[in-house]
Amino acid sequence: MNPLSPITAPDDRGGQSPPAPWRLPLDPLLALAAAGLGVCSVMTLKSATRNLIPASPDYYVNRQALYLVIGFVLMLIASRLDYSRLRPYTRLIYGALIVSILAVLAVGHAARGSTRAISFPLFSFQASEVGKDLLILALAAFVVDRSRQLSQRDTTIRVVIGALIPAMLVIVQPDLGSGMVYMVIAYMLLFIAGTAWKQLAAIAALVLVAAAFVLVAAPAVGVHVLKPYQTERLTAFLHPSSNPSKVGYQQLESKIAIGAGQKTGRSGAPQTSLHFVPEDQTDFVFAAVGEKYGFVGAGLVLLLFGLLISRTLRILVMAKDLFGSLIAAGIAGMLMFQVFVNVGMTIGIMPITGVTLPLMSYGGSSVITTMLAVGLLQSIYVQARASAALKGRVLRD
Amino acid sequence: MSAIEPVRPRDPRVPVSPQLAWRVAILGMIAMIFFGVIFFRLWYLQILTGEQYVHQADVNHTRDLPIAAPRGEIFDREGKPIVSSRTTNAVQIIPGLLPPGITEQAVAYQKALYAAENARKAALVRLADYDRSLAGISHLTRAEHAEHRALTAEAAEPKVPVPPIARADHRLRSLFARLGRVIGLRARTIDERVVQGMTATPYAHVTVKTDAGRGALTVLGERAAEYPGVAQEPVSIRAYPFGEMAAQVIGHVDQISEPELKLKAFRGVRAGTVVGQEGLEYYYDAYLRGRPGIQRIEVNAAGEPVATRLAPTLPQAGHSLKVSLDLGLQREAEKAMAQGKAQAQAGAKPANGGAFVAMDPRNGQILAIGSSPGFDPNRFAKPLTPTEYRELVGSGSAAGPLDDKAENGAYPTGSTFKPITAMAALEGGVISPGEGLGSGSCISVSTQQFCNAGHTDYGPVGLVQALKVSSDTYFFEVGERAFTHGTVIQREAEKLGIGRFTGIDLPSEFKGVVPGPSWRREQNKLELQCERRRHVSNCGIVLEPERVWSVGDNMHLAVGQGELLTDPLQMAVAYSTLANAYTHGGVGTVVTPHLGLEIDEGDGSLRQTLSFPSHTVHLDDEDVNLVMEGIHKAASESGGTSADVWTGWNQAQDPVFGKTGTAQHYNQEDQSWYMCYIGDAKRPIVIAVTVEQGGFGAETAAPIARLIASQWYHQPLKFVAGSSKTL
Repeated sequence: MNPLSPITAPDDRGGQSPPAPWRLPLDPLLALAAAGLGVCSVMTLKSATRNLIPASPDYYVNRQALYLVIGFVLMLIASRLDYSRLRPYTRLIYGALIVSILAVLAVGHAARGSTRAISFPLFSFQASEVGKDLLILALAAFVVDRSRQLSQRDTTIRVVIGALIPAMLVIVQPDLGSGMVYMVIAYMLLFIAGTAWKQLAAIAALVLVAAAFVLVAAPAVGVHVLKPYQTERLTAFLHPSSNPSKVGYQQLESKIAIGAGQKTGRSGAPQTSLHFVPEDQTDFVFAAVGEKYGFVGAGLVLLLFGLLISRTLRILVMAKDLFGSLIAAGIAGMLMFQVFVNVGMTIGIMPITGVTLPLMSYGGSSVITTMLAVGLLQSIYVQARASAALKGRVLRD
Repeated sequence: MSAIEPVRPRDPRVPVSPQLAWRVAILGMIAMIFFGVIFFRLWYLQILTGEQYVHQADVNHTRDLPIAAPRGEIFDREGKPIVSSRTTNAVQIIPGLLPPGITEQAVAYQKALYAAENARKAALVRLADYDRSLAGISHLTRAEHAEHRALTAEAAEPKVPVPPIARADHRLRSLFARLGRVIGLRARTIDERVVQGMTATPYAHVTVKTDAGRGALTVLGERAAEYPGVAQEPVSIRAYPFGEMAAQVIGHVDQISEPELKLKAFRGVRAGTVVGQEGLEYYYDAYLRGRPGIQRIEVNAAGEPVATRLAPTLPQAGHSLKVSLDLGLQREAEKAMAQGKAQAQAGAKPANGGAFVAMDPRNGQILAIGSSPGFDPNRFAKPLTPTEYRELVGSGSAAGPLDDKAENGAYPTGSTFKPITAMAALEGGVISPGEGLGSGSCISVSTQQFCNAGHTDYGPVGLVQALKVSSDTYFFEVGERAFTHGTVIQREAEKLGIGRFTGIDLPSEFKGVVPGPSWRREQNKLELQCERRRHVSNCGIVLEPERVWSVGDNMHLAVGQGELLTDPLQMAVAYSTLANAYTHGGVGTVVTPHLGLEIDEGDGSLRQTLSFPSHTVHLDDEDVNLVMEGIHKAASESGGTSADVWTGWNQAQDPVFGKTGTAQHYNQEDQSWYMCYIGDAKRPIVIAVTVEQGGFGAETAAPIARLIASQWYHQPLKFVAGSSKTL
């Protein structure tokens, strides 16, 4: 596979039309949103992590900045590639996804009770994160292959099972959040591909029944599908102050931090910088933003996410082929789910699920996964423009 | 929402399928709804209820530690310091900088405390159950007694030893051992104080030694690096440079106690603050204590202090207090009291306690006041052992040195009461002054005999002579006659200032008792109620609850005996009232005795003058003159009861109006009393002196009064014992 294929805007009309005006070879707004979130992440982590390692207060900031730069470069490279060339490698991509997750389970290191990453000398590789991109590509390709049998129940079931297998594997790690993201990706692909409403509704109903079984029925008869802490975390948000010292604590402190930020933030941000909000550099980074920069800062971050998601939906529509649309759909599902669940969790309206906030949360795997996804979107955008130009159409941004 | 727009109509484009457009639109709407919800939630959290979260966050991450304010000083009337605050250095331990072993130790100690407390609560419950099971049984068996004792012991406040330092923690051991050698404490003692301090006030520095001495402080200062976690902090401690002088009146200071925290007087005072405990220190505490500063420290989620830049709120020093005491007079008066007691003891009398008051009769300013035996208030700078504490407070009915007998004693006054009786009899028309009464050595009323001391027979005497020689039979007869006039003596006594609160600026004044018919009825009622409630034959309030106020009772009262209970301060007020009426044509000012003169700022400038309103009573000018003539003759004319005590005194310049008193107590030596007013034109003074078990008034109390007066008028100090053996 030779992914590098320079893109030109061929002019097959030989002077009949005026030359197309020069345009950036990528979507500037999408790039701006990604870069903006990266800057916000660094600014927030600077204060939120200054007391984590007393000897080197900038440890987290420096590493996050490095991940963001690497991720941005990877995004630029990906934007120069033609995503559609990946389509034939469905099985290979899916295989890589499963193998990497199994490898983590086999040799990964344990952090805080869960085995989610393989440690390398300079970084640790969290397969479940990168797996999100791989799953999007594999499922999208699969759906395109079966685009003529979309109405068949068989297709739907195979897509769901295709996502369920890696989801189960990461939930075992246990990484419940990523597992849920996988399922959302699959659902989003089916939704955009045009699966019948009836089937979509059936899946939704199944998920609800399964959730009820896992959270309520099974524990009642003594079978714990999830670890007790997971069940507790999932349900604690419904009654946050009932047990403020344990599970509710994190969410309560997070709300205090965000509330205390008021309009324009609180100097020193003591709630987050002194660790009253645990995991304020990763899962609860939004609490740090809210405390340090207040409503203005949190609003800006949300606006950037809004821009990111709206551009994703826009690219979904303008893609030159179904494969591109479905990739964009998967990425849209991934971003929307993570942003809403993560932010909702920090402000106390969603359960605690261990979902990272894309580009904001500290962590190389998460940052690079998201940047690669943005790179794919850029590629879809660029290819769509090239193809439109080829057909003599102008795509409205 | 068509995304692809044709620019050339002749080039048909592939349209986006309506289904895709519809589904993407749904997705977009879902996103909008979610963003909307999040925005409104943020608005609610940050804008609408943000204040409340700011407060919660503050509570979360800050702890306020008090910085003690220097306590205000107390000066005498001339501005000489009586009580000062001395700044010294305290050696403190900063637990956060010690090796981590100390935290483990503290945690282990707290766990042990918690366990012991739980065990104690359980034992209390069992004890209560056991008591309930024993209720109604009057005689316990030996086994039951033992069981009860065992349970009581279990339910007592537990003593939890501080667990030892972990054997492996050599750094901590060596640090405490080295520090101990420098400041003269055992390593184990330091360790215990630190662990207990960390338990009592987490985050705060623990003071292990106050006033460690210059040498130790220099060593610690110069080699700070060798003593990590050891710091020096300037602290202000109370100093009483004159030791025992006026100790009961000045009071002392101590950390505020749990019950005191609930008192209105200490509203707003934080636990751990040093406040006045007795006397002036207590009464004027609100002025003296100042306002403590606050050092706000920041802690992380684990409760560990973090480096912080928060500026402290500096403490505000207390105001100083100027009192009316005259330092020189106070010291001489105490010396005189000691001398008088020694003299009485040489005469084989116990003379185990005494009190004096010297007051300016015009305004109630107390020039000297004291109670013997005394104590050194500096002892309260260090914690007292229970034995030491009991010794100071006294046990049961016997008051310890802490008790101020001058304003809190409860005594009959003996003959010093006679001028009051005389005033009452004249004002009430019971007698006429020239009438000769009290002939014979005894008078009999029904079956009782009332006699003069030593069965002297003064013959029938008039009022002035009766006061001069202190004829008991005269006043017994006055008491007998007054009985038929109702409560003339009682009312006069209260009018002049006996048996009611004087209003002195000290916290524990005794109200006193002037017994009379209604008082007797009240006591009888109390006794009967008590007997009914407790089912005992006698509660000890009154021995014969059926007896009403009798003529004999009135006769005893007339000579200052019986159930009369008052103290030198009230007597000083009464004599001042007489003196004021004497000098102002019958208009007697009843002063409010007081010590406080003014509250000053730290730099000495006046902040507030203290005022103590007095009221006036009207006496007949002639009657007052007669009474005053009587007691002047008693102190100046040959044959007067205290005339020999004042031999050589310049009566022309400083006329003495004095009355001896000898109060009799069952099974004890007599209590010696002396009251006098010296009518100096510029510096009049009223002196009240009493010595418990000191013998006759003239032989012990009167000479002390003369010594006090001599100091006041700069006369040679000479102890002149009188020979009068009158009661």
